Parts: sequence; C-alpha cells; structure tokens
Amino acid sequence: MATKFEPLSIATKEDFKLGAPVKWCAGCGGHSVLSSVINVLPETGAPKENIVFVSGIGCSSRFPYYINTYGFHSMHGRAMAIASGIKAANPSLSVWIVTGDGDSMAIGGNHFIHIIRRNINVNILLFNNKIYGLTKGQYSPTTPKGSITKTSPEGTIENAFKPGELTMGAQGTFYARTVDSDPKMMREVFAAAAAHKGTSVVEILQNCVIFANQVHKEITGKDVRKDNQIYLKHGEPMIFGKERNRGLMMKCSKMEAVTIGENGITEDDLIVHNAYDVDDTNHYRLVRMELPEFPVAMGVIRAVDSTVFESELYNQVQKAKKESKIKNMDDLMHSGNVFESKG
Amino acid sequence: MAKKNSVIELDEVVVKFAGDSGDGMQLTGDQFSDTSAFIGNDLSTFPDYPSEIRAPQGTVAGVSGFQVHIGHKEVSTPGDQADVLVAMNPAALKANMKWVKDGATIIIDIDNFDNKHYKKAGYVEDPLHDNSLEGYNVVKAPITMLSRNVATSAGLDNKTADKTKNQFVAGLLYWLFNRDIKIGEDFLKQKFMSKPALVKANIAVLHEGYNYAETIEALSTTFHVDPVKGKKGLFRTITGNQATAWGLLAAAEKAGLELYLGSYPITPATEILQEIVKHKHLGAVAFQAEDEIAGISSAIGASFAGKLAATSTSGPGLALKGEAIGLAVMTELPLVIVNVQRGGPSTGLPTKTEQADLLQALYGRNGESPCIVIAASTPANCFNYAFEAAKLSLEHMTPVILLTDSFLANGSELWKIPKMKEMPAIVPPRVEDNAKDFYPYHRDPKRLNRYWAVPGQPGLRHRIGGLEKGDVTGEVSHDPMNHQIMVEHRECKVQKVAEFIPEQEVTGPESGDLLVVGWGGSYGALISAVTDLRDEGKSISLTQFNYINPLPGNTEEVFSRFKKILVCELNMGQFASYLRSKHPRFEYLQYNKIQGLPLFISELKIKFNEVLESI
Repeated sequence: MATKFEPLSIATKEDFKLGAPVKWCAGCGGHSVLSSVINVLPETGAPKENIVFVSGIGCSSRFPYYINTYGFHSMHGRAMAIASGIKAANPSLSVWIVTGDGDSMAIGGNHFIHIIRRNINVNILLFNNKIYGLTKGQYSPTTPKGSITKTSPEGTIENAFKPGELTMGAQGTFYARTVDSDPKMMREVFAAAAAHKGTSVVEILQNCVIFANQVHKEITGKDVRKDNQIYLKHGEPMIFGKERNRGLMMKCSKMEAVTIGENGITEDDLIVHNAYDVDDTNHYRLVRMELPEFPVAMGVIRAVDSTVFESELYNQVQKAKKESKIKNMDDLMHSGNVFESKG
Repeated sequence: MAKKNSVIELDEVVVKFAGDSGDGMQLTGDQFSDTSAFIGNDLSTFPDYPSEIRAPQGTVAGVSGFQVHIGHKEVSTPGDQADVLVAMNPAALKANMKWVKDGATIIIDIDNFDNKHYKKAGYVEDPLHDNSLEGYNVVKAPITMLSRNVATSAGLDNKTADKTKNQFVAGLLYWLFNRDIKIGEDFLKQKFMSKPALVKANIAVLHEGYNYAETIEALSTTFHVDPVKGKKGLFRTITGNQATAWGLLAAAEKAGLELYLGSYPITPATEILQEIVKHKHLGAVAFQAEDEIAGISSAIGASFAGKLAATSTSGPGLALKGEAIGLAVMTELPLVIVNVQRGGPSTGLPTKTEQADLLQALYGRNGESPCIVIAASTPANCFNYAFEAAKLSLEHMTPVILLTDSFLANGSELWKIPKMKEMPAIVPPRVEDNAKDFYPYHRDPKRLNRYWAVPGQPGLRHRIGGLEKGDVTGEVSHDPMNHQIMVEHRECKVQKVAEFIPEQEVTGPESGDLLVVGWGGSYGALISAVTDLRDEGKSISLTQFNYINPLPGNTEEVFSRFKKILVCELNMGQFASYLRSKHPRFEYLQYNKIQGLPLFISELKIKFNEVLESI
C-alpha cells in the first residue's frame, strides 16, 4: 500500500516490488517474466506513478496484483479495450497489457486486432503457453494441431494461430518474440517494446509447468536453443547455431537455412535483418519459420513508424479547441437556431 | 400577404408528412417545426421511419414520416392523429389513413397517384375513387410536375429538381398556416449555405407551393395557431438524443472533467455518439469502438484514468455490456450507460419504441450487481437526466444506467435553454496527490462511495479489478465474511442515493380515486390523458417515475393516498412487477401495450374511464 510519501523521482526496481505473495505455480514461466519486467521498468524513464498494468483473465492476467504500479485486472479478453480507453483518456501514461493466448487470441481476438490496427501506444506482453491454464488444461487457439488436451481427447482438429501473423495482418507496427527462460533477451526486447511508439506486441513463449510442461522445449531447451532459435538484431546478418555457422539467405525468392562455408556460402550471402522495413514480406517469413526446417525467430522482428491513435486524436482536440468559437456549454446551447419568447 | 377567405384559430394542430424515404419529409418536418418555434408555438415532433435506409420506392415498407404537433398551449405529445396529412404517394396515404382525424385535410401529390403506384402500395381499388376519402378535404396537387418545372428553370437537372418537391409541400403549409415565408427561405439559406444554386431553386419551389395554395379553392380556409403565452426566455428545439449528449457534456463541464464516450453505432442511439464527436472543442472525446463490449470497456478504462466516462447503446448492446457493467459495479468506478430502448427481443423493431429493457437494466448481470437506474421522460429532459446520471455516478462512485427510448430519442420539443451557473454543482470524490493512508476501498460514510485516485497521481498507486476485494484495503480477498460485507456495501451505496434525489411528485390532487403510474418516456401521453379527464371532473392524478433504482423515499406514502393504482407502460408489466417486489402492500392494475408505438391519449382515456367506473 502506498501509505508513505512518494516523491517524484527516477524509479528503481525496488519501487515496483510488492510485498504480496505471487500465486503462480512454482516453475511457472510467469515468475521470470515478472522479474524481467521489474528490471526493465526503471530503464523506460516513465515516472512510476505514470505506469499502468492492465490485464484480462487467465493465469498471466494476475500480473497486475504482483507489481507495484497502477493496475487493472479486468474481464476475459477485454484488457486491450480497457487500455485503449486509458490511453485515449490520458496519452501520457505508460500502459502495459498482460494477456495470454486464450485471453488475446480467443475471447479477446477482436480487441487484439483493433488495438493494433489503431496503433495505440501500449506494450502487450502476450504469454503464450499454448494451453488454458487457469481452467486446467483445455486447448487454446495457439495449441499445435493434433495436441491431446482435456477438450481434445483425440487431438485438436483446429489450425493454430501464430500471434505474429495476426499482428501483421492487423497492420501491426511492432512485433517481437522472446522466451521466459532468457532474462537477458526479455530485458532487451521489453526495452525495445517500451521505446516503440505504437502498439508493441511481445510474444513470450512461456512454460506451463502443470498443463503443457516443456511445450517449448524444442526451442528453449539448454542443449538445443542455440541451434533452434535465431535471435534477430536489426542491421545484423541472420546468423544462428552453437557454432555461429548457420544462417538465413534468400534463394529464388524463398528463404532458406544454410550453413556458412558449405557450397561457397559466406556471411555476405546472408540476409541482413531490417526490422524497420515497412514492407512486411520478410517479417512474415520470419514469423512463420518452424522447426525442423528453420530455427524459430526471436527478438524484434518488426518495428516501423506509423501514426499513433491518441496523438492524432489530441491533435484534433487541440485544433478544435483553438478554432471553435464555442468555448463552453453556454456558448453551445445558444448557438444555431435559438428563439426568443417574450411570453 | 395575399388575402385569405377565412382563418380558423386553433389551439393546437397536428401535421403529418409522409412519403418515400428519399422524399425529404424529415427535412420539411424540421423546417415546419423550426418555423413554428420561431413564431412562438409550443411543439412536439416525432419522426417515423423504416429501418431500411431506402426501402423499395412506393411501397408501404418504404414510407418515412414526420409528425409535428404545434400548440398555442403547452404540447406534451406529437399527437395521436393528424389534422393535416401530406402523402407524397399512395403508399404514404395507405400507411397513414388510420392516423388521421375525421375530416382532416389530406394533401396528395397527384402525379404519383397512378396504377403503377397503386400496385406498389398494394391498393386494389383506386383510393381516389372508391369513396374511402369521403369526408376528408383532399387537395390533389401536381407537386412533382410543378416542382420539376420550377427547379429545372432555376437551373437544376431533373434528378436534383425532384428533390425540391418537399419545398413545394413546405410552401403549401406556410400558406395553410399563415406563416411568414421568409422564415422558410432563411432555413434553406442556412441548410444549403455552401450551395447557392440549390438555395435559389428550393426558394423558387417554396414560393411555387405557396402561390399554388393561394390560388386553389380547396385551401381557401387557413389556420392560425397563436404563440404560447407565459413562456418567456430563450428556446430551441432539441431531440432526446441531442439533449442526452448535451447533458453529459454539461455534467463534464460542471464537474471540471472532460467527457469520454466509448460507443458502437446502434439504432436508435447512434446520434448520441455522432453528437459528442462534434464537440472536441469542449475537450470531449468520442471513441467509436470495434463492438459494444469494447465501447463500454474503453469507457471503464477512461473512468479509471479520470474522465467522466459514458457509453451509449440500445437493448441488444446493453445485453452485450452486461459483464462490463458488473466490472464497473465491482471496481466502483463512475460510468454512465445510456440505453435508448427499442422494440425487442433480439434485433426486434430497431426503429420503434418500447420500454421493455427495464428489468434488463435492473437485473441483467451476474451476481449481486446493483446499479442506479434513472429514466428521462421527455425529449428535452433527457438533458437533465443525463446530467443527473453523471452527477450521481461521479459523486456516488458507481455506474448509472439512464433509460430513454426511441420515442424520446428521435422526438423533439421546445426546450428552454438552461444557464450553466444555475445547474447543480458536481463534486467527484477525488483524492489529493500523496494523500496519507490512502486505501482504495476506504469509504465516505455519507454516501458509502470509495475515493477516486487516478493513474498519474503520485503516492496513490493501487490495483483494482473484477475479483472481490477486501473491505478498505482493496487487496484480493476470498474471505466469506468479507464478501458478504462488500456485497452489502455496494447495495447500501445504491440505496443511499434515495437520500440525495427529489421526492416523488404527484400531478393533480394529492389523493383521490385513481393514481396513474408511469415511468420514463410515456409522460406526454399520460399527462395529456390524465389532464383531459380531470378537466371532465374525474378524480385522477399522475405520478411519473424518473428514479427507478432506488425509488424515491416517499413512494409508499404516495401510493397509499389513492384508491386504485394503474401502472401504464410499453411492455408486459415490468415496472408493475418491480413495484410489487418493492412495495407489495398495494394492488397494481396494469395497462400494457407492446406494438412498437407510443401510448395514445385516446386509448388511455378509455382505460382510465374503465378503471374509474369500477371504483
């Protein structure tokens, strides 16, 4: 509780810690995401009273109760809509949305695509554990096809969403992917998301220790991660692998994973990552890469400039205030057709 | 002005304009209403339009109407039946014959009365020759032809020229009601400000209609309605939806806040969104959301961030917003939900009126989820009740549902412009920055409201949400006794509002045989019918409820003063059943109508007499 006097000052990570117990399962990926967020918040430069965490419903959506900021734990799927109102009401706030694959991809799918389309300046942390955790183990829109879950005893027959594809389909300006087991990468990606002006979508591949344990192990396992992930950095060639000898290059307008040194391929043949490219063709290619043909793309895949909803909105408000002769309600009510009756 | 054969003085008159959706009848109706307001008549209007934008031309389904009731005395309804009907085609005539008085003047566009149009309208016999119009004063004017001749000579092409025929009608009416045609000209100059060619042609057609009326014998008798006496001050005409929007804007100004409206377009509430979006100059922000749920959710977000937040909708939208209203109840944030009722269930009758969302407003949520519910009763007092909804919501920190209906929303009346300095103060319970010992669910004992600390304020960081919260502290709590306490707090907070609202008033004698009970938008018809019967010497009074939850504190006492209570409403008896649950010691007789139409004075008088005779 904020019972003591809190001066306006640069926040430290201690400022964001709450005494309250964190009620996620031991071994849940949420714990490491929480501590990475707490570590990165002071770096964003936002005054601590200007930071708001908004969530929907689900395991991940308990997040606002575990961090000392203004927080709003709302309704299933509606965090994006609530956050839109918060930003439209006060654009100076730094708003973070915490959501899961059920919350944002299923019940809240509509709000997810529309906040992105409007490019409202918020940061969306999408915890993707590919399962419904809080209701105990039903498949989600990101569950791989064929998975056995409590509501798919014979295996799911639905195609899975890729959040990155949806983001770009909705004209997203920022999409990044990271994993809950890599604090350094999370910190870098979260900082980039916070710095981006517009809707930043960060998909966090998260482990649900109870209902989908090791669902990402092919990607995040200590022994395989260097070979099975590519951590993309803007302006750098797309290299990955334990030996840093693997890379991505274009062949006949298709992307291919290649080995440097084989068939005369050198580092110069590899694609240089351009996260700022307005054309999203390559970003789609990166988002869609799957094992075993490709490594899974990590880091900031897309970060482009576009108009931000609430900035445009307040430009219109300021212009209207300046130009209108009607300054208050008395003016308004006496404008237009007014009749005087002398009785 | 030309010489007239005879002028009949009238206390009141009802004119109905009817034609195809594209005939411009709404515009002519507005023009005639404004002119009447300008010369000082009281008035009430009601548009009657199909839910399709342009239903097939010439068919009954495509008829769009506009009814205006003007008076030398106070006018409370748009009128049951018309003294003058303008029918631009046979379909308009067919659709409206049952809404005209015996002996009424019926003006038809004879150019559209041919076999082709009869067929479209579904007439088997030619209505002009089957004696069905016997006893009416029928004026057969070649409106299309004459308008086209004049407008094309004024330089318009045929298609545009045909759009001026509503001005021919206006001209006829200016003659018939002895109006100064200059007022009509000024209306057109303002309407087509940036299009001088249209102004010229429309004015020419307006004069053509006026001159035509002057020369034909059928209109040798004209009418005059004197200005209202005793009504002093500045007036304007206003529709219920505009008044609702302005009431919210006024409340924001009075509270020192900016207005945020999060809405999704829905008939018949859309004009509220369209009105508020025009007033960014007052700092108001209107957000057209992706759906009804996002509309209210964004408003809840804006409320958390310190705006006066509102959402506007109609029945189906209110159903979608139910969960979010529960969240506003739980988080105890101020929020105004405007529900412009229409015919239901489901999509129902989108453009027609009904009062059947009352129980949805009161109970349509999961859990114990009390809301303040209030209802406007005239188009103009939508302003006052929207203002009041915002005031109660802000000061008591809880959502308020404001019920209006299609009849109020689209109807208009003359409104005395209020002065902002005379409107009541609104003082939201905000918290000072860095306030010591701030707890999010600490309450003011007077109203039981919690306090409103908003993001951006230093020293007040806290978390709210849909999970039950601990009393005072606001920490998540699953404690059984705490839940009981919090449910009771939320209920008591709403019931305490009764201490801050006016007592229930009775129009007419304070006691007697029959107390007519209405709520919301039925006021006009009820007060007219009750007044008429009292003038006949009957013991009858009216009490119209604007505050539904909580009911005013003296409700029981008011009911106890009458022998019989008759609850009249446009549903199957929702308010009556609510009253039975709140004040079970009385017997509530019912008059219910569910036809998408407002109550009519004539039917009410029959019912009232029936009940009075049984006493």
